[in-house]
Amino acid sequence: MGAYTATVTVRLKEGVRDPEAETTARALERLGFDLETLRSADRFEVDLDAESADAAANRAEAMAERLLANPTIHDYTVEVTER
Amino acid sequence: MTVAVVRFGGSNCDRDAVRALDHLGIDAEIVWHGDGLSADTSGIVLPGGFSYGDYLRAGAMAARDPVMDEVREYVAAGTPLLGVCNGAQVGCEAGLVPGAFTTNAGARFRCEHVHLRVENADTRWTRAYDEGDVVEFPIAHGEGRFEATDEALERLRAEDRILFRYCDADGNPTAAANPNGSKDNVAGLLGDRESVAVLMPHPERATLPDVGGTDGQGVLQGFA
Repeated sequence: MGAYTATVTVRLKEGVRDPEAETTARALERLGFDLETLRSADRFEVDLDAESADAAANRAEAMAERLLANPTIHDYTVEVTER
Repeated sequence: MTVAVVRFGGSNCDRDAVRALDHLGIDAEIVWHGDGLSADTSGIVLPGGFSYGDYLRAGAMAARDPVMDEVREYVAAGTPLLGVCNGAQVGCEAGLVPGAFTTNAGARFRCEHVHLRVENADTRWTRAYDEGDVVEFPIAHGEGRFEATDEALERLRAEDRILFRYCDADGNPTAAANPNGSKDNVAGLLGDRESVAVLMPHPERATLPDVGGTDGQGVLQGFA
């Protein structure tokens, strides 16, 4: 067994509006910052023990499928590192 | 035979739903999610509120609560289910209806009365109305923007599963009358079967004559 950290990043699919990001971008502009667009994402860092990095990634993907992401509006990525 | 109004931690429209159903002569009781559904359950309401603090996404936690396995069994057996507001979000997250209700386009919580156009009056939830009727319901939500893939929306239209759309007082589903940026102004829809419906507006808050309009009664009559 190895100790891993699986980082699951959940972001809105392209074309799905992100009102919170739009509002944040406007606030940054009000503060005088120059920017084109702003995208937001949720990042989950899951510490877990698994047989291999692949097994850790598979478990994290299942977590994303079952709960962390909503497939109607979200895409997600999983990255695994040893810890 | 009793309509079970499922109370999750953070539900807050459960008592309103029971009072509204009682007013219509429909037996209803609050059921704590941890206690499960009783054998005489004749209908299920997923009420409004802020279950589990809207953590992760509105409705995400309640949709994975163990009681939802029981809810699915009853739904599969034909028991009618109505999800209102947070209950609609739970219904989407649980996969009982397609799509998702997410952050309002204006990023603001909207609490007001809206007009809805009845799109399909041939369901248990809408048979009290005529197609094209304009009704007035309250809304109170921050995450009510209906999102669905183009294919899913097309299927909903083709199968006549859109129950209500946001509209102006004359029944026109305009962008200005859309309080949250919902795709195609969708305010309420059916699941895979006619016995399952969800909507963001609150019919239970438009049922008791003492608190205003009674346009919502027709939806709750779906349990009669």
